Amino acid sequence: MEHTKYLVVGSSHAALEAVTAIRMHDAKGSLTLLTRDPHLPYSPTVLPYVVSGRSSPDGIFLRDEKFFADNRVQLKRGTALKALHVERNAAELADGSEIAYEKILLATGASPAIPPIPGIDTVSYHVLRTLDDATKLNAAIKQSKQAVVLGAGLVGMHAAENLVKVGAGVTVVEMAKQLTDGYFDATAAALIEKAFTDNGATILTGSRVVKLAPSSKGVTLTLENGTTLEADLLLVATGVRPNMAYLNGSGQLVLHDKGILVSDSMQTSVANVWAAGDCAQAKGFFTDSKVMNAILPDATEQGRIAGMAMAGDPGLKTYPGGVPLNTYHFFGRHAISVGSSKVPEGAEVVTRFDEASGRYLKAIFKDGCLLGIYGVNEFFDAGVMCQLILRRIDLSAVKQRFLAEPMKVGREIMSKTWR
Amino acid sequence: MAMFGGAYNTIAFDAAKCDGCGDCMTACATAKTGTVDQSRSRIQIVGSEHDGFELALCRQCGDPKCVTVCPAAALTKNGDSGVIEWNASKCVDCLLCTVGCAYAGIALDAGSGHVAKCDTCDGAPACVPACPHQALTYITTSRIYNEVGDWEDLFAPGLAGCQGCNTELLMRHTLRRVGPETVLATPPGCVPGMGSVGFNGTTGTKVPVFHPLLTNTAAMLAGIKRQYRRVGREVNALAIAGDGGASDVGFQSLSGAAERNEQILFMVVDNEGYMNTGMQRSSCTPYGAWTSTTPIGKGSGGMPSQGKTQDAKNLPLIMVNHRCEYVATASTAYMQDLYDKLDKAIQASKRGFAYLHVYSPCTTGWRFPTDQNMEVARKAVETNFVMLWEYNPKDGLEFTRPVDDPLPVTEYLKAMGRFRHLSPDQISHIQGKVVENLAFVKQMAHRQSA
Ligand SMILES: Cc1cc2nc3c(=O)[nH]c(=O)nc-3n(C[C@H](O)[C@H](O)[C@H](O)COP(=O)(O)OP(=O)(O)OC[C@H]3O[C@@H](n4cnc5c(N)ncnc54)[C@H](O)[C@@H]3O)c2cc1C
Ligand code: SF4
Ligand code: SF4
Repeated sequence: MEHTKYLVVGSSHAALEAVTAIRMHDAKGSLTLLTRDPHLPYSPTVLPYVVSGRSSPDGIFLRDEKFFADNRVQLKRGTALKALHVERNAAELADGSEIAYEKILLATGASPAIPPIPGIDTVSYHVLRTLDDATKLNAAIKQSKQAVVLGAGLVGMHAAENLVKVGAGVTVVEMAKQLTDGYFDATAAALIEKAFTDNGATILTGSRVVKLAPSSKGVTLTLENGTTLEADLLLVATGVRPNMAYLNGSGQLVLHDKGILVSDSMQTSVANVWAAGDCAQAKGFFTDSKVMNAILPDATEQGRIAGMAMAGDPGLKTYPGGVPLNTYHFFGRHAISVGSSKVPEGAEVVTRFDEASGRYLKAIFKDGCLLGIYGVNEFFDAGVMCQLILRRIDLSAVKQRFLAEPMKVGREIMSKTWR
Repeated sequence: MAMFGGAYNTIAFDAAKCDGCGDCMTACATAKTGTVDQSRSRIQIVGSEHDGFELALCRQCGDPKCVTVCPAAALTKNGDSGVIEWNASKCVDCLLCTVGCAYAGIALDAGSGHVAKCDTCDGAPACVPACPHQALTYITTSRIYNEVGDWEDLFAPGLAGCQGCNTELLMRHTLRRVGPETVLATPPGCVPGMGSVGFNGTTGTKVPVFHPLLTNTAAMLAGIKRQYRRVGREVNALAIAGDGGASDVGFQSLSGAAERNEQILFMVVDNEGYMNTGMQRSSCTPYGAWTSTTPIGKGSGGMPSQGKTQDAKNLPLIMVNHRCEYVATASTAYMQDLYDKLDKAIQASKRGFAYLHVYSPCTTGWRFPTDQNMEVARKAVETNFVMLWEYNPKDGLEFTRPVDDPLPVTEYLKAMGRFRHLSPDQISHIQGKVVENLAFVKQMAHRQSA
């Protein structure tokens, strides 16, 4: 049986960061990287731009073969993990072969969650998570006249914008009362929504699809209120679920809930097994319970921590907890959100909105410390804001100035505190 | 992905010199955007008059978070320059890099709609010369680590020096720089003591080395250089001598060789005493310092002994008065300065006499912890106890690292044990001498340029 010291499963952000971290500390230990994807590593986040044609599919790879050769990493593409046998430290692959590992990292990310809408298995639809999904959608979008996007999260909104730009009629259907829920509040969401409707899209929030059926055009969608929509292109973007089906058999011993449960050093409940990224459920910064924080920056951070822990790097600093954050570019405008969108008891919310310029800022404070900051068309350094939150820096003395000029004051504090 | 490669050049900022004028930002905006809109500058001065000014600027990280979070492979570290490069054609404007960077090193440039960051202008940053107060400098010391690291180390790997000894550093750097076409003279002192002349019939260096007397080093080396010239071979004639061997018994031969303008490079490693024979005082030992011959104790005839009672001889200034081709003082705490001077001294030694005086803290004789050598060397310069300057007959004397705002000399004195016993009177004597020496050297600098 093949044997490797480190087995990393997945080839995206969490996995790549783990490889770098392992190699920083252990230059020689055998390292194998396994991915079910046939391509070189790429980011799911770039895929909307492959769909729009802005990014060429062969220009998005995050590493080349040479990187793996130089770092003595054995790369196995198009090879899926089928089952994890923790009792004998072995990974069973799709073709039935096994690899024995000393330490394994599960960085298998997530896949689109398909909602159980009656009729969904009778129609054809698109999803967007892999490069192959993106190239298919890129081809389909050019033919589309009348598209429907299910789900108004960032994935759905990105796709909707691209559809609008190629001239398709687009309808976005979202169950929640507002779009981009969880990252942006109602005011910000309204600004985003207006940008879409100004460009000819239809946004149906608070709407549920109850039935899907094939039609001559493509798909007929029936909404809860009885109206129907016709679509020649249907994109399902209603959220993600972690990839962890390989935890059958003895893998069940790896405790999991919504995702794979991990400690502050990304270790699972089972010896020699770590998990990081979109498939992991780790401590949240604002709560003691374990949460899913399926965003790119967190995947890199978790991957790095896992890699350091696996290699026994004494420089390891444990995970401070996930902070939700996002940046979103739409129709030439941008929205940034950093921190908690929930307003805990005793917290103070300050907003400022300039209707003429469409600039919106909202900040949440508690005991003088920043908990969250959101801006539409108001640029500030999200990385700096995140540090203000993580370091629990008391902003009481500069609060008014901070609200007037968050970017400037954030930089001042940065330059004096952690520069 | 570049993991730890070489060392890189960097833009350094001295907050104490910045008055917030913003000229650097205008220069950057002009160079990068063709506008004078300071908000578009890649270098951002932040802060205020009363709080002090600081900097938000990309640090060209070795472990760049902006690169790790970029989904489009639009950011990469250039392994040669160290610069984190942004590829406009790959960037998708997602702004995630601004989430990754905790230093505001990459930010949205509203004017272009894309992110922008400092690229050090291909090694000639526009901001640096624009600063009217020299608050920005472009540090190119990395050359020493990259280039010099590749040059051959001409000293034996094992040396019998004290732990933390500055002299080993100096020997290895100097010999690397002068290279294999060199004849080396090392009179009695720490340098042969730790192995330059070797053991059991093999030398400790990979160049010809000899062991003259303390009294005739410069004379012997001058003779050897003349002989090589006569047979038509170009060599560097280098002496690495201690301060005792140069300023006391060796002085007449040193002075004679300088007066005859012999084509040699004479380097003095000034550790302010005869350290390898048991730490006796030399004429370069400073006032008040403990040595084994200027002890601390009851003394005799009712006169307590409190360290050396005379001031040090200023040997480099005496050498200036020989009008040598080149004279300079240097310190290993300022490597780039030292290398610049070494380069000039080597060139000058092809025309005539070159003299390099390197202050060299001695962990054993000065009594400080072995990991503090650079700190002590730096404090000497920061207090003006030691001044870094250079001289040549054409341009006169110039400070190479003027210290405008020196620390009190006690910051230097308290860093080591040999001054621990000092009385307030002795300290004020030393501080007075620092001021006097500075005034003296300034006057010489002024006179020469006038
Ligand atoms: C369209 C889109 C837009 C997005 N936009 C943003 C954004 O703007 N900001 C943001 O922060 N995040 C965004 N995200 C989310 C972000 O891409 C993810 O958080 C991030 O990619 C997670 O990285 P990961 O390494 O954990 O997992 P993934 O990127 O999901 O990678 C998982 C890897 O595991 C492999 N794998 C899965 N199962 C197996 C198996 N059984 N065997 C072997 N290999 C397996 C996959 O092939 C893949 O290589 C977006 C995602 C999408 C799809
Ligand atoms: S932009 Fe920020 S993270 Fe990137 S190299 Fe510069 S300082 Fe480092
Ligand atoms: S804005 Fe451009 S450089 Fe920055 S992370 Fe996004 S794609 Fe990369």
